[in-house]
Amino acid sequence: MNGLHVENLSISHGAIRAVKDLSFSVVPGQLAAVIGSNGAGKTTLLRGLSGLIPSQSGQASWNGISLLGRKPEDLVRSGVVHVSEGKSVIPELNVKENLALGGIWRKDKGDVENATQEVFELFPRLQERITQPADTLSGGERQMLAIGRALISRPQLLLLDEPSLGLAPLIIEQIFDAINQLRHRLGLTVVLVEQNAMSALKIADIGIIINVGSLIASGPSQDLLSDSNLRAAYLGY
Amino acid sequence: MLIIDTLLIGLSSGAIYALMALALVLVWRSTRVVNFAQAGQAILSTYVGYEVMNRTHSYWISVPVAIIAGAVVAAAVDAILMRALAKRSHSGTVSEMAPVIATLGLLGLIRSVTGLIWGNAYLQYTSPASGKGYLIGKHTIPFSPQNLIIVVGALIVMAIFAVVFKFTNLGLALRAASFQPEISRLAGIRVDRIRTIGWAFAGAAGAVAGALVTPTSYLSPNSLDLLLVSGFVAAVIGGLDSLIGAVLGGLILGVAFAFILQYVGTSVTFSAAFLILMVVLFIRPRGILGSRVGRRDA
Repeated sequence: MNGLHVENLSISHGAIRAVKDLSFSVVPGQLAAVIGSNGAGKTTLLRGLSGLIPSQSGQASWNGISLLGRKPEDLVRSGVVHVSEGKSVIPELNVKENLALGGIWRKDKGDVENATQEVFELFPRLQERITQPADTLSGGERQMLAIGRALISRPQLLLLDEPSLGLAPLIIEQIFDAINQLRHRLGLTVVLVEQNAMSALKIADIGIIINVGSLIASGPSQDLLSDSNLRAAYLGY
Repeated sequence: MLIIDTLLIGLSSGAIYALMALALVLVWRSTRVVNFAQAGQAILSTYVGYEVMNRTHSYWISVPVAIIAGAVVAAAVDAILMRALAKRSHSGTVSEMAPVIATLGLLGLIRSVTGLIWGNAYLQYTSPASGKGYLIGKHTIPFSPQNLIIVVGALIVMAIFAVVFKFTNLGLALRAASFQPEISRLAGIRVDRIRTIGWAFAGAAGAVAGALVTPTSYLSPNSLDLLLVSGFVAAVIGGLDSLIGAVLGGLILGVAFAFILQYVGTSVTFSAAFLILMVVLFIRPRGILGSRVGRRDA
């Protein structure tokens, strides 16, 4: 059972059942875009998969290991890393310290160093700003820092929550380009949650469209992009 | 000369307030709890020091043992009491207030337990250093070897904290977990464990305060209560979540107290603490080094 398997998963957000009976699978090395409007349950789904909130029913596993009922800090050690919504960095710490957090618990310090160099190659801006507090960075730089920190944990499954949120179109393109490069270079499996359907489906292998917590459609992203009914109803263009 | 004398008195008491303020700030930063039990924990560790002293007749053996006891007690308070409370309540005013009320309860509990074991008599926990002021020329300054030990001891604690927080992975994890617990967990930090370590550091700082200050007076189940008030005022002056602020707040309060004692009189000290607190809060509501960045809870 390699890859990510989600079966009949239900998760509540407060009193609301935000994810209802959701099932999908992602093959290792694939990039899956989870598309849906605000309030569709995308963030709740990722928070459930990374152990931040409990699920109510169903299954979710990564390479045969159950993701449910475990703590996020343990899942990180199993290669499941979640970059949460809204520039997941610690504003009070500088760039170097934010990056270091992703490798603090890792025993292979040499590889932490290698991973850090790789992050600097991918995002040279971070190296230029290495001693700056994260709260002095631009939105795009913070997103780079958040993704960079996740990479230092050497993820196998990367859960990205709306990396495009609040960024200018040009920066969004850069970030998406970097995500695309990453998975090809590192063989990462990525679940990318996005409202920005067009940009996400363009780089994705498969798309998963959800609305008020339920699955609407899933399949190869090209098929979804060419389905005129879906486009009109859920992709918004 | 009087001004310098007064400054020296303030420096010594300020160092103790700073240690207590550090203890309160560390707990506040790591768990957002105002730990009223800190005075109780410090008393407990000081009684442990007292017992070790009675058996070994060495102050210098008793102090490290008291520090370890303070750290262990604090870690236990977090791991057993605070974690259980956090598990049971999830959100709302009650979940924010419950741990604070629990620390008040714990303060009472520790006081009665220490009273039961050691009685309410004023015990002597003495340091080998003399309490007589140094003689400079013909003038005896109000600064004794005992005061020197207090100031040097406090400086050592502060230096250790500064190095740990600024230059070690543990310090980075402690800072990260206090600023953004959720993001820290997603980065792989075991936040619960790190919080308990934060409490242990706080307990150690409180224990140092207790072990250093008690030889200048006496030991009883509530002999550190006033220190809790001063430590709290110092912590708030410093901004409540800044370690440097806590040290500065302690020193400012110590010096201010010394001048008030010298030039106004002993009757107003207690009210003066609150007056200083209010003046600072009116001028700088965040305290002198309070953080600008808003924080999210997790």
